[in-house]
Amino acid sequence: MTEPLIELRDVTRRYDDGPPALRELSLSVQPGEAVAILGPSGSGKSTLLNLIAGLDRPSTGTVTVDGVEVNRLGEAASARYRRARIGLVFQFFNLLDDLTVADNVMLPAQLAGMARGAAQRRATELLTALGVDRHASAYPGRLSGGERQRVAVARALMNRPALLLADEPTGALDTAAGEDVQRLLTELHADGQTIVLVTHDLALAERCATRTVQLRDGRVAADTMAPVR
Amino acid sequence: MSTLGRVVRAGAGRHRVQTVVIAMVVLIAVTSAVLGGSLLLASREPFDRAFGQQRGAHLTAQFDPTKATVAELTASAGAAGVSAAAGPFPTTQISAQEGNHRLPPMTVVGRSGPDGPVDQAKLTEGRWATAPGELVLAEDGRFQGPPIKLGTVWTLPEEPGSPTVTVVGIARSVSRTAEAWVTPAQVTAWTAGDGPTGYQMLYRLTTADTAAQVEAARAAVAAKVPAGALTGAVSWLVTRQDAVGQIVLLVPFLIAFGVLGVVMAVLIIGNVIAGAVSTGTRRIGILKALGFTPSQVVRAYLGQALIPAAAGAALGVVAGNLLTFPVLAETNRLYGTSDNGVAPWVDALVAGGALALVALTAWVAAARAGRLRSVDAIAVGRTPRPGRGQWASRLTGRIRLPRPMTLGLAHPFARPLRSAGIVAAIAFGVAAVTFAVGLGTSLGLVQEAEDLADVQIGALPPAMGGKPAAGSQPEAGNQAVAGPPRLTDPVAIVAAITAQAGTAGYVGQARTEVTVAGITGALTTVALTGTDGAHYYRMVSGTWLTGPGEIVVSTPFLTAAGKQVGDTVVLTDHGAGVTVRIVGEAFNTDDKGMQILTDIATLRAAEPDLLPETYFVTVRPGTDAEAYASALRTALQPYGAWAQPVDQETGELVIIIDALTALLSVMLVVVAGLGVLNVVVLETRERVHDLGVHKALGMTPRQTTAMVISSVVVTGLIGGAVGAAVGVVLQRTVLGAMGSSVGFTMPASIVDVYQPAELLLFGLGGLVIAVGGALLPAGWAAGTRTVTALRTE
Repeated sequence: MTEPLIELRDVTRRYDDGPPALRELSLSVQPGEAVAILGPSGSGKSTLLNLIAGLDRPSTGTVTVDGVEVNRLGEAASARYRRARIGLVFQFFNLLDDLTVADNVMLPAQLAGMARGAAQRRATELLTALGVDRHASAYPGRLSGGERQRVAVARALMNRPALLLADEPTGALDTAAGEDVQRLLTELHADGQTIVLVTHDLALAERCATRTVQLRDGRVAADTMAPVR
Repeated sequence: MSTLGRVVRAGAGRHRVQTVVIAMVVLIAVTSAVLGGSLLLASREPFDRAFGQQRGAHLTAQFDPTKATVAELTASAGAAGVSAAAGPFPTTQISAQEGNHRLPPMTVVGRSGPDGPVDQAKLTEGRWATAPGELVLAEDGRFQGPPIKLGTVWTLPEEPGSPTVTVVGIARSVSRTAEAWVTPAQVTAWTAGDGPTGYQMLYRLTTADTAAQVEAARAAVAAKVPAGALTGAVSWLVTRQDAVGQIVLLVPFLIAFGVLGVVMAVLIIGNVIAGAVSTGTRRIGILKALGFTPSQVVRAYLGQALIPAAAGAALGVVAGNLLTFPVLAETNRLYGTSDNGVAPWVDALVAGGALALVALTAWVAAARAGRLRSVDAIAVGRTPRPGRGQWASRLTGRIRLPRPMTLGLAHPFARPLRSAGIVAAIAFGVAAVTFAVGLGTSLGLVQEAEDLADVQIGALPPAMGGKPAAGSQPEAGNQAVAGPPRLTDPVAIVAAITAQAGTAGYVGQARTEVTVAGITGALTTVALTGTDGAHYYRMVSGTWLTGPGEIVVSTPFLTAAGKQVGDTVVLTDHGAGVTVRIVGEAFNTDDKGMQILTDIATLRAAEPDLLPETYFVTVRPGTDAEAYASALRTALQPYGAWAQPVDQETGELVIIIDALTALLSVMLVVVAGLGVLNVVVLETRERVHDLGVHKALGMTPRQTTAMVISSVVVTGLIGGAVGAAVGVVLQRTVLGAMGSSVGFTMPASIVDVYQPAELLLFGLGGLVIAVGGALLPAGWAAGTRTVTALRTE
């Protein structure tokens, strides 16, 4: 058996005096898996995603991603970890409005020190692959929700991350655009991309994920492998 | 606590940076306004105020003790036109020695105390002389020697038994009635064999506005005493002319500094308060949405601004008073005034004015925000709408710099109005610093012109070789009555000077008076001889003297005579006409700019016995002036001449002006930095969500810092460049205006004080201010947790 890409061991995340968002949670994700994290509001889905992305740190326990013990990283190291290994897709896209689509997509690569020319070629390749290359010079405000999310996915894939994390990627989209993003994620997974997505959308989970993890009160309530499609 | 009170407290506490910025800005503004205001007050007709404060003597008269009794002199107080009198005070002349250093001779007056109906000398240090062997030195800048400390002991080798005298006090007499005071008994003791060499009477007159009125009083006094008893008299108008002449250019300088302090206070308060309140516009929208009325909103923000402002004003008054004290001590020394501390009404006016300004600015800004619809107010302060400054993002994206920097460089263009505010704050700071430094440098140069010589040579007074005849010695401060002793053998003196190792150059000065057609009254003419007369004068236009038949004059002379450089004028010297050509215009404030400079040979025919009274020597670099003077003194002794080093220590005024410049500069830079800080904090808060996105995409804290710092680079550079240029223009304009207000044209060497490298530094100073102001918010941005930033709307 290969080494897991993600391994959480006895992770607890507590905020102030409230109940823990995660309680001694352990979870492993193998490379190439597409895991959907499901659960009601407050179950700890986003907290789990933030811990894997290095955006947050567990109160106790360890989070290891691609051999990196994320919980031990400082701010600078976790930034470098994210741009090297993680692609993030947000519910509300989080595209920077004052940058063009191409500039948004190139940004992670440029932060990593890639030359503008090389970044441009990679961005064009991604935008073309995702079908939004015609908007390269446009600003995100002029794009539809589905198009924006495609741009966000392109940006997430810019540095060829080992892991794509998506937080409610269809949450802000209409049905048609949501289905479009579903197809995109499925295709990415089919190409071997490891994906962890947090969603309320069971249809999205069923269609995109090979495994679903149900969280309740910060614990894994169910961990199910999806039927082979 | 009321709801409004809670909102005010929460607002002030939540926005700690702004609260601190308001308090600090008001503190600095009030400090500078107290300092500036006090300087303005101190510079208001300083001589007349000092004269009034000390009940100065309108007429200082010297009497021959062999021709008038004390009773007769006392009775002279009843002369027509005299309203009060003091004296008679016995006078004598002493020649002191401190260690091996011989001091120039000085006129000493015997007075039992500093007070009295006339000429209330102001003790600035120590106490009055109460016993023999004690001496109080006059602090009026005429004592040529190193600064004297209390307790200094002098030996009087000329007096029988070589007695000693201890300096127990330093006092100021605006009337300049003595160079030193001792007890009357001390004068009697020193002159035991011969009696006092003179008596001094000080008179205040009922009317003394014109020379004729003073002359009438002098004649009335002369008539009251036996014929020939009055040996000399000095009008206060002469003293005033001399005193005002010395400070005529300094007053506008100091006024300019005062105005700078006050103007700075007004501008920065307006700028920062308006910025601080406008940052709360979104909060105002939320308060309105919750049911706050516009007037409640205004009151809430008034309170929020006034609480820290009041604290800042209180501390500013304290700081202003502490800083003003040494400055006033210096203006007192300079003007001869006796101003004690900051006037309470200045403190009250400045603090009250600052708070009123804060209230007014906050009220205008809050009222404007209060009138906005809630929905619009809430929308204010979010990330800029797309479309603004996108061209700049596109442009900077192509610059071959790390991406975080190019991202930051584009930020100012997203909110051009706000960026203009930063540019204005920086430009104002840089302009003010450039202006203040330039003005301070120019003032230093004006002052420096007085002290360009290293060694001064004059004649030994008769006292050095034996007591003069009673009543024949020059009276204190009255060179017009009896001129300084002449150097009898100039050829030998010049030979001694040129033979002395270390001599770089010298100039000899003889003074005489001539008349010029079209100008009323006699004009002092300084006839020069020697090798480097040009060294001592700054030229405005034309050339320096190249030989006889030429004169160099100042602007007031040219204006009064209606002449210009190149014109010819006729000088009448001892009845003989001498035609001369004006070859140059010099910056020379002596004799109110009416002094004529010429080669001594020009007046040879008219005044064959005109000889230099003083020589000024410049020594070669590396030569010790003290040792040089000491060696030269020995060589000159046979010719009845005396050499002493010119005090080269930086004048106290220059030191205080430098300190003032540095202080104002620091305050201006801090204020400009606070202005930047204020705006960048706002900018960073508004961009916090974008910041979260950047960080989520892998922007490290260092890259975040670089982005925020880069966001002020453009504004800093523009502000610096604009500020330096404005500062230079301001310095030239103000200096020119100050010069013309007193009738002088400033020479280029005093006006053109900025070196290109300095200007570059001033310009880059804008960048330093900007970066300094952005450091704190940059650190805050770098330290913000990504999750927190992403959650922030």
